[in-house]
Amino acid sequence: METKSIFWKKHENLYFAITSKKVLFGVGLFLLIFLLSAFGPLLTPYDYEEFAGAGYLPPSKEHFFGTTINGRDVYTQVVYGLRSTLLVGFLAGTIASIIGLLVGFLSGYHGGKVLDESLMMLTNIFMVIPSLALLIILSAYLPYRGIATQSIIVAATAWPWTARAVRSQTLSLKNQEFVNLSRISGLGTFKILTQDIAANMFSYVFMVYILQFNGTILASVGLEFLGLGPTRGVSLGLVMQNAVNWNALHLGMWWWTIIPGLILTLLIVSLYFINTGLDEVFNPRLREM
Amino acid sequence: MGKYFGKKLVVYLITFFFAVTLNWAVPRFVPGDPISMLLSRFVGLEGGRQILESHFVKTFGLDQPLLTQYFGFWKSLFTGDLGISISQYPKPVMDIISDSIIYDFIILVPAIILSWIIGNKLGAFSGVSKKTDSFLMPVFYFLTSSPYFWFALVVSYLLGIKAGFFPTSHAFSATLRPAWTWRFISDAFMHWFMPFLTLFLVQLGGWAIGMRNMIIYETSTNYSRYMESLGASKKLIRSYGFRNGILPQVTGLAISLGTVVSGAVLTQIVFSYPGLGYTMVEAIKRSDYFLIQGCFLFLIIMVLAANFIIDIVYMLVDPRVRHSYSGEV
Repeated sequence: METKSIFWKKHENLYFAITSKKVLFGVGLFLLIFLLSAFGPLLTPYDYEEFAGAGYLPPSKEHFFGTTINGRDVYTQVVYGLRSTLLVGFLAGTIASIIGLLVGFLSGYHGGKVLDESLMMLTNIFMVIPSLALLIILSAYLPYRGIATQSIIVAATAWPWTARAVRSQTLSLKNQEFVNLSRISGLGTFKILTQDIAANMFSYVFMVYILQFNGTILASVGLEFLGLGPTRGVSLGLVMQNAVNWNALHLGMWWWTIIPGLILTLLIVSLYFINTGLDEVFNPRLREM
Repeated sequence: MGKYFGKKLVVYLITFFFAVTLNWAVPRFVPGDPISMLLSRFVGLEGGRQILESHFVKTFGLDQPLLTQYFGFWKSLFTGDLGISISQYPKPVMDIISDSIIYDFIILVPAIILSWIIGNKLGAFSGVSKKTDSFLMPVFYFLTSSPYFWFALVVSYLLGIKAGFFPTSHAFSATLRPAWTWRFISDAFMHWFMPFLTLFLVQLGGWAIGMRNMIIYETSTNYSRYMESLGASKKLIRSYGFRNGILPQVTGLAISLGTVVSGAVLTQIVFSYPGLGYTMVEAIKRSDYFLIQGCFLFLIIMVLAANFIIDIVYMLVDPRVRHSYSGEV
């Protein structure tokens, strides 16, 4: 008992994290959707391109999410599509976070100098350009696109706000005394960035990553919906594009159109909940509500 | 003040330069050779040979070195010549864009302004008591998490198909011609409502969440505590928190513009609402490269202009910017 309370005192943030309702709800929902993408395909005897039964069937025991107009199983399409969407979101979110962190750290650390000014100029330029328009024009001219290509072009437009947020955090951290001390002791820029600044921003960086993941998933699903996603395989956006092309809503087939998007929305809601929950954990002022 | 605008203007000019360069470079350097594909499509059209001889030699100038081609592109841009559309041959791209850009304005401008104002008010209201907060916040999270096109589909299904209140596609009925008659205006309004509602609601959640957090943060600062100790009412303290929270929200508005325009593109697809986004995606389906490029360019000009307006607004609402750049402090 005694040792336990010492443990929680040491890891106060962890304690608040696992007792926060928002974090618990978010993590639970996220795990549920993640498990659906991981093990969901085991529950279905069909393939996503296979003719699985009569078309136009509403959700039932045989077809959890109903069938498409051509008799394909919507559940199968959704679980396989979820895999692809999660993968693109993960890859693109990671790339975008890394670019944003690097640019933000460097820019903030050299605040006010030429490097900072030029990096911020670049960031502002990318921020102003409507990302989807840029993505459309890039994708439209690329005849073959895989998951990697899509991740890279989504990431290329997603990093600017991370860079800006990280820069302002770095600016406020770098004049702290312990950073000055490291500088006086002759530590290199890279070491100061990783050991002093990044270490103190870990919570912030983690939350930035969650938001970045959300943003890249939304951007890539938007592309897929326009038919500009990966040229092979299935994805959530593609399922919905097919549904719209077949006028599924007008035919009353809400399961084909609404369910894939609902799962996507729940995924993003879960991540938002984790993000705000953690925000309250790391930022006691918000907890007072 | 001049310095503030000068600095902003440089960023915008560079962005514009960058966008035009990208617009020029992508079809030239991307694998698959879109230009020769484009050329081959023109040959088959009536009068295509003349187009090839005049326009292509001028804008693409394929026999000339790359640098000359690049300057030619800028030159034709400034004379308002964006090429000829293939899918709506022989209509100039510029005419198609000026026809569709109005539809972007009428859904985007009201949706952005209203959702910003109402979202901020709702956010401030939500933070007042725990009860309203725990009810409203999940709703806001749901709204801000929805992909624009999915939310558009839900709105279309519920209000358009199930309830039958609004028509689900196009900007006005096919039987009508645009005119200043009551019949046309009410018809256009009915078609306008659902795309507007989608853009309005999805943005609303984000502003409300932002303002709620901002006020909670502000009410725990030292100046709020000081006011509290002086006996100021909670309401008064919150209203100061609101005023301080507005500034980051204006910055947020500028940052979100790119996302909102992207959202509008997708929403227009769902409702077949003929703005620039819809036009652009239709152009992609028909490989109408000139039209794609034109739409891209105008989407960027739109965002740049909106950013510039927000900069002006920011200067008006933040006295620090006003004073620091005019040298008063």
